[in-house]
Amino acid sequence: MLRLAPWKVASILTVIVLAVLLVVPSFLGAGVAERLEKALPSFLPVRPIVLGLDLQGGASLLWEVDSAALTRAQVNALRDDVRGKLREGHISISGGIAVQPRGVQVRIADAAERAKALADLQSLNLPISSALIGTAGHTLDIAETGDGAVTLTLTDAAINDKIHRAVTQSIEVLNRRLNDKGTKEINIQQQGVDRILVEVPGLQDTTKVKDLVGTTANLEFRLVADPGDPPSDFDNLPQQQGGQLPVQKHVMVAGEDLTDAQPGFDQNNEPDVNFRFNLRGGQRFGQVTAENVGRPFAIVLDGKVISAPRILGPITGGSGQITGNFTVEEANNLAILLRAGALPAKLTVVEERTVGPGLGQDSIDAGKRAAIVGGILVVCYMLATYGIFGVFADLALAVHILFIFASMALLGATLTLPGIAGVVFTIGMAVDSNVLIYERIREEAHMGRSIISALDAGFKRAFATIIDSNVTMFVAATILYLFGSGPVRGFAVSLGLGILTSVVTAVTMTRMMIALWYRYKRPTRLPI
Amino acid sequence: MKLLRLAPENTKFDFMRLRRVSYPMSAILSIVAVLLFFFVGMNFGIDFSGGTQVELRAKSGAADIAALRSTGESLGLGAIEVQRAGADTDAVMRVGIQPGGEAAQQNAIGKMRQAFGDNYEFRQVDAVGPRVSGELVQKGTLGIVVSIVAVLTYLWFRFEWQFAVGAIIGTMHDLLLTVGFFCVTQLEFNTTSIAAILTIVGYSLNETVVVLDRIREVMRKYKRLSTAEIVNMSINAVLPRTIMTATTVFLALLALFFLGGHVIRSFSAAMIWGIFVATYSSIFICSPILIYLGVRADVFDKESASEAERAPAAKAKG
Repeated sequence: MLRLAPWKVASILTVIVLAVLLVVPSFLGAGVAERLEKALPSFLPVRPIVLGLDLQGGASLLWEVDSAALTRAQVNALRDDVRGKLREGHISISGGIAVQPRGVQVRIADAAERAKALADLQSLNLPISSALIGTAGHTLDIAETGDGAVTLTLTDAAINDKIHRAVTQSIEVLNRRLNDKGTKEINIQQQGVDRILVEVPGLQDTTKVKDLVGTTANLEFRLVADPGDPPSDFDNLPQQQGGQLPVQKHVMVAGEDLTDAQPGFDQNNEPDVNFRFNLRGGQRFGQVTAENVGRPFAIVLDGKVISAPRILGPITGGSGQITGNFTVEEANNLAILLRAGALPAKLTVVEERTVGPGLGQDSIDAGKRAAIVGGILVVCYMLATYGIFGVFADLALAVHILFIFASMALLGATLTLPGIAGVVFTIGMAVDSNVLIYERIREEAHMGRSIISALDAGFKRAFATIIDSNVTMFVAATILYLFGSGPVRGFAVSLGLGILTSVVTAVTMTRMMIALWYRYKRPTRLPI
Repeated sequence: MKLLRLAPENTKFDFMRLRRVSYPMSAILSIVAVLLFFFVGMNFGIDFSGGTQVELRAKSGAADIAALRSTGESLGLGAIEVQRAGADTDAVMRVGIQPGGEAAQQNAIGKMRQAFGDNYEFRQVDAVGPRVSGELVQKGTLGIVVSIVAVLTYLWFRFEWQFAVGAIIGTMHDLLLTVGFFCVTQLEFNTTSIAAILTIVGYSLNETVVVLDRIREVMRKYKRLSTAEIVNMSINAVLPRTIMTATTVFLALLALFFLGGHVIRSFSAAMIWGIFVATYSSIFICSPILIYLGVRADVFDKESASEAERAPAAKAKG
């Protein structure tokens, strides 16, 4: 108990100094933080604690990938592949290719042809590799389902892989759209299997973000249908200015062949978007326009005709303009969307939360007040109950609070309003370890032990209880973190960190202080 | 210096005798809580019920609740709830899930912004679609179940099964009474409330573990005493600590309740209630169960015979 290795004292003091350095940037404003960053060695992360959107104000939008549409597209692609394979192998089928929710079915009457088809179709069955677990299986289950039928069903792995890739790709596209200017201020991350969380600090009106994210931005250049075209060759698409326009199904050039798009103004000083094709797109576009001089073509965005200009002559320069009665803002957005590329699937908002800067600041102030008053109450109560030992507990409590914030800064954890509540709660909870130790010491002293032996026994006996009781709390915090969402996670973080730091400070720091006190004071009776 | 002692020392209360009062009382309260849950129900926030909720602050003067309600009703968003929130200038408006899928919820926000944007500042907007709210319910329930299972597994390893049974009954009791608390007060039940419940579960088990730890220790030491005597002795021994810790946590939560702002008031209220219930149940519910389950000192014999032998007789004065 009394033996106190100097290296232990030194290491505790070092950790405290480091913790102070970690916390300083969060409480002294950006200017001080910058100067510190220059003065300190680079291995020390000097960054303020990240405030959650509920404290700094801002919008958080949860988007969901339309996975049903993705699967439908996957099934359609499979149907085309199957048709191609069967045609290639000159296999005759009775009836068409039946499309099922998750696959396709064909009937092949002749047994020999069926066997050949099974072998041929096997080549459509591709292995799925995943970065995490290596080969995760195949894309298809191919089986004879009796009565001459062959059924190809997409595996779960294939469907999930498609969704996963769509989400990853969407995040890339959204990053280009929203963080267009290279600022990484907007946080875009995957959530769950098919969701994407977009967090925009400081934003109140979410309309623009919704426009930017909710648009698939699938751009197509197609010829307007001739009156003589068969109906199966064209779609009737809605036009932006109203009405419908018959447009050929065949796509001349698609948005993926764009390399750049910039907002500008046409000769009438109307806002437009100037775009540039890559080599392939430029050649295709040049060729088609050369063959169709005089005919109108349609610029189609997400199934809607923006404009349908007449081809005045071959456009071979690999660039062009889109005009369509845009406002400057609309032209700007369209340019961003085209530059960023199309989303692989439509995204819909499933959850939206915004907090105004006023409420955020109010919450910070209220949280601060509650923490300070709560802290003072606990500190005074400990002093009144335990005297000098209360001072030790209070010092340990101060270090505990310091450690919570320091570890948050170190881990880059986000502080939310429930997180502040968690800190306040652990202020009340942290002294529990001290209380357990002190009450045990008293008990041992009452049983007639000497001071030094009562101190020793108190620490030793209370320790097991401290660990047991804190494990239960820590488990609750961990599970809250795993199952919680948004600000509630902030509570779990500060509760979990608070439990860890309180055990460390109550046990080691209090022990150290009591040992020092005993050494210099040589008390004759226990002050509690 | 005269030190403050809230808890009397060296108490010899006969807590076990009180179980004849506490058990029927807790049983009745738990049943009432269940009945309340099914027949009155909780005031589910939009996290769980889905829908759109906005918090408004009047740009000048006080918020006109009646006008907000009548304008709100004319928007065609179904039943609309308007309440004052904290200050006079603030109001909370809530509408349920709009029929027509996820996009319809977005429409509701647009309509509200249009109707009130001129006179009110939108301090907070939450729109939770039907799918997300369903998942939040699922996740919240699962979280509570998993945490209880996880902690009980830990207890089962660290203690004997009888102790784990005592702990689970105590925890269920606290859980039910907290649910009852939400039904009676009609405080909004949202994701932070789940956090409060899990913390109460953690705190309740923390309290229980401290008592059980001591019971086990005393049991090893005094093998001839009856279980009731052992439990009584243990609870009396840890009573000062129980009261101390409940008080410090209570003080911290009190500050949070009064000063922490209205956003987390329901959270703080539930936690304060939970601290009381957890303290009560650790003393009056969990420990007496050991008597019924017939825990005897012999259960420790196989694992700690040597330790028990070393317990010196000199300390047997209590």
